[in-house]
Amino acid sequence: MIVASRTGQALLGVAALAIASMPFWASSWHMQLVSTALVGALLALSLQLLVGGTGLVSLGQAGFFGLGAYTVYLLGSPPVWIALPAAMAAAGAAALLTGTLALRTRGFFFLMTSLAFGQMMFFAFHDTGLGGGSDGQFIARPFLGFALSRQNRPAALLLANLTVLTIVYAALCWLMGTAFGHALQGIRSNENRMAAMGHNVQRLKLAAFVLSGALAGLAGHMSVLTDGFVNPGLLDWHRSAEALLMILLGGIGALHGPILGAFALTAVQEAGSLLTDRPRLIEGAVFLAAVLFLRHGLAGRRR
Amino acid sequence: MIRSENLTRRFGGLLAVDGVSLTLERGRLHAVIGPNGAGKSTLINLLSGELPPTAGRILFDGQDIARWPAWKRGQAGIGRTFQHSNAMRDMSVLENTRLAVQARSGIGLFRSAQNPRLIQSALAALHRTGLTGAAKAEAGTLSHGQARLLEIAMALAGAPSVLLLDEPLAGLGPEETAPIVALLRDLARDHAVLLVEHDMDVVFAVAAIVTVMDEGRVLATGDPHAIRTSAAVRDAYLGQGA
Amino acid sequence: MLAGLLAQVLNGVQYGLLLFLIGSGLTLIFGVMGVINLAHGSLFMIGAYLAFAVAGATGQFWLALPLAIIGGAALGTVLERLLFRRFRTRPHMDQVLLTFALILLFEEARSAVFGNQFHSVAIPAGLDFSVPVVGGFRYSAYRLAVLAICLAIAAGMVWLIERTRIGSAIRAAAENAAMLDLLGVDATRIHRLVFAGGTALAMLAGALAAPLQSVYPGMGDGFLILSFIVVVIGGLGSVAGAFWGALLVGMTDTMAKAYVPQAGGIAVCAMMAAVLIWRPAGLSGRG
Repeated sequence: MIVASRTGQALLGVAALAIASMPFWASSWHMQLVSTALVGALLALSLQLLVGGTGLVSLGQAGFFGLGAYTVYLLGSPPVWIALPAAMAAAGAAALLTGTLALRTRGFFFLMTSLAFGQMMFFAFHDTGLGGGSDGQFIARPFLGFALSRQNRPAALLLANLTVLTIVYAALCWLMGTAFGHALQGIRSNENRMAAMGHNVQRLKLAAFVLSGALAGLAGHMSVLTDGFVNPGLLDWHRSAEALLMILLGGIGALHGPILGAFALTAVQEAGSLLTDRPRLIEGAVFLAAVLFLRHGLAGRRR
Repeated sequence: MIRSENLTRRFGGLLAVDGVSLTLERGRLHAVIGPNGAGKSTLINLLSGELPPTAGRILFDGQDIARWPAWKRGQAGIGRTFQHSNAMRDMSVLENTRLAVQARSGIGLFRSAQNPRLIQSALAALHRTGLTGAAKAEAGTLSHGQARLLEIAMALAGAPSVLLLDEPLAGLGPEETAPIVALLRDLARDHAVLLVEHDMDVVFAVAAIVTVMDEGRVLATGDPHAIRTSAAVRDAYLGQGA
Repeated sequence: MLAGLLAQVLNGVQYGLLLFLIGSGLTLIFGVMGVINLAHGSLFMIGAYLAFAVAGATGQFWLALPLAIIGGAALGTVLERLLFRRFRTRPHMDQVLLTFALILLFEEARSAVFGNQFHSVAIPAGLDFSVPVVGGFRYSAYRLAVLAICLAIAAGMVWLIERTRIGSAIRAAAENAAMLDLLGVDATRIHRLVFAGGTALAMLAGALAAPLQSVYPGMGDGFLILSFIVVVIGGLGSVAGAFWGALLVGMTDTMAKAYVPQAGGIAVCAMMAAVLIWRPAGLSGRG
């Protein structure tokens, strides 16, 4: 997988600075919109570790996302320094459990199995009173270390999301350059050969799956922080499919692809609901066009 | 070094490998020959762990490894090449080889992949196989001859004690064969080598011991001279083509 | 108590058979064409709305069944021709996104034509009574009819797959796609047949299910996930596996929802997990 070139990283840095300066010039509404895109980017980036990084196409990522969000709810919205690691730990633990089973399968079966496990988590919150039932709940946001007011909230949340995304992206850039990251790339390219050479492919895949799940849980935590509510829709598999689309839009072969894709998709969805009363028509058409014509993604790299 | 005892693999009603016992020793090149479908590739797949055996034992340094998964055998020092080139096609030759080094290097997973020790060992394997010039090329773009060499380089880079070579010369012309034959002789000095090969001239030139297989069974094992002169072998196999 | 249990068993079997209609198409489309079709659940939904529309317009529910089959075959042929044919060799991820796009478009089309309300379809006249089964226990005649129709279709499929020349080509293709060329069969024709047939079955299942439950937006989703689980449990490309897998899933889901409502959705996934631990390639053992 391609980590962006120096110019690319510089451009991403400029974009991050532009976002960081939004409190000085943008409306609350725009900042909230960008926050949504940043959370989406975080989810898609967590999935990219599996898809572009390891060659595992999973359709269950929303399960870990939602689990991270619900962890915050179930703990009664503790301060961020407890809520964030707890959300990551819970989602990572769930990924360990489901990954151990799902990774016994490959390809198509893995895809279906990951989807089924994701839906299992969805039902766990949809069918039971565990998380406030099928309608969801508004909850208090985890305490960030300073009081949020209606005025400073969009800016504070925007900067929090930007910071987390930047840290995760930097960490993944580093990770993909380690022996571990290269081994994952080898598995994506030729799993059997990697095993024949002595790589413990199962364990490496599981490690990637757990890490990816924990990062999705982190994204879920940021979603609760941003929106202040949980509902089973957070775990809906449509969200997993959207995260895959972000990766495809941005470029499956580039680590920064999902970030571009998340912004592109958020823009399309927003434009769709502004311009028409049939946003799914627009979204569906974009999916279709992307998969038919945009085979290399915005980052221009398929591998 | 590594010994199979009564190794058997059944595919449905077909006994692909039927009670094969053989011993590979360090410093000795052991060739396995036989007509197509004799079970030679299956034998390599059983020894390397691609396939689990139906019955039999594989003793490696005194341990029965017959139930070990492929990666664990690779980890223990059993290296192999594939009959059909089987590299990470979208990665460079150096990266393919480097990943092979990494598997057994003991270097921490969270150290940089560009660790000089990894790179140097990979370059050494490329040097030994004469691929230094192609280090930066993408594996999928190599010529057939280079791809065969990369197979060996990748097996070699893991610093194995046992090398299982599945037709390393398949499809090569005479001028490409000569350097690989020299390499095989070289490798046999410090490895236990199992060579599956169709080219009889090469086999009789490099092998210290030859096993003839037919329909999954061992027909005969002996030094090249004994095999060449064995009437049974000649009838069953050599007579057809040679 | 016992009558209640018997009713749930029959419900489970009948639900399982509906899942078989969907799952068998899904497994064959993947087995033969190598295509993951997430929009298979939407086809089920289209079938249900077709039944709703036909029953509403003509008062003749039964008319919906042949229409679902014919319409499904036509829609399947068009989809195969325009889209799926090109996606056979594309990565799984592209197939997922293509078919997810179709879900969005089908849902939007449904919303444009029928709106977003829940609808119900009356049990067809003539079958809106219950039949005494054993003792004092009575069971809905329409549900029995659905059971019979599904069983007849299952038997027909087994005959088609096991006994006919085209069936042996389909089996060969599900084993190994390259086999088709070796057998000298026109692969394109087989693909079109399998896709059109799978689509027709999914739409028929939707039409049959319409009087048994509400007709509502996104109703295909639940069935899609469950029929995925059917395919995972039954094994790739195996119609027999899909049959037993569907019965197992239908029964588990029905029983769990009847007796432990809160564990309804989880029970089936837990069962799938158990099967995966026991046999990672599904009950039929391939994959």
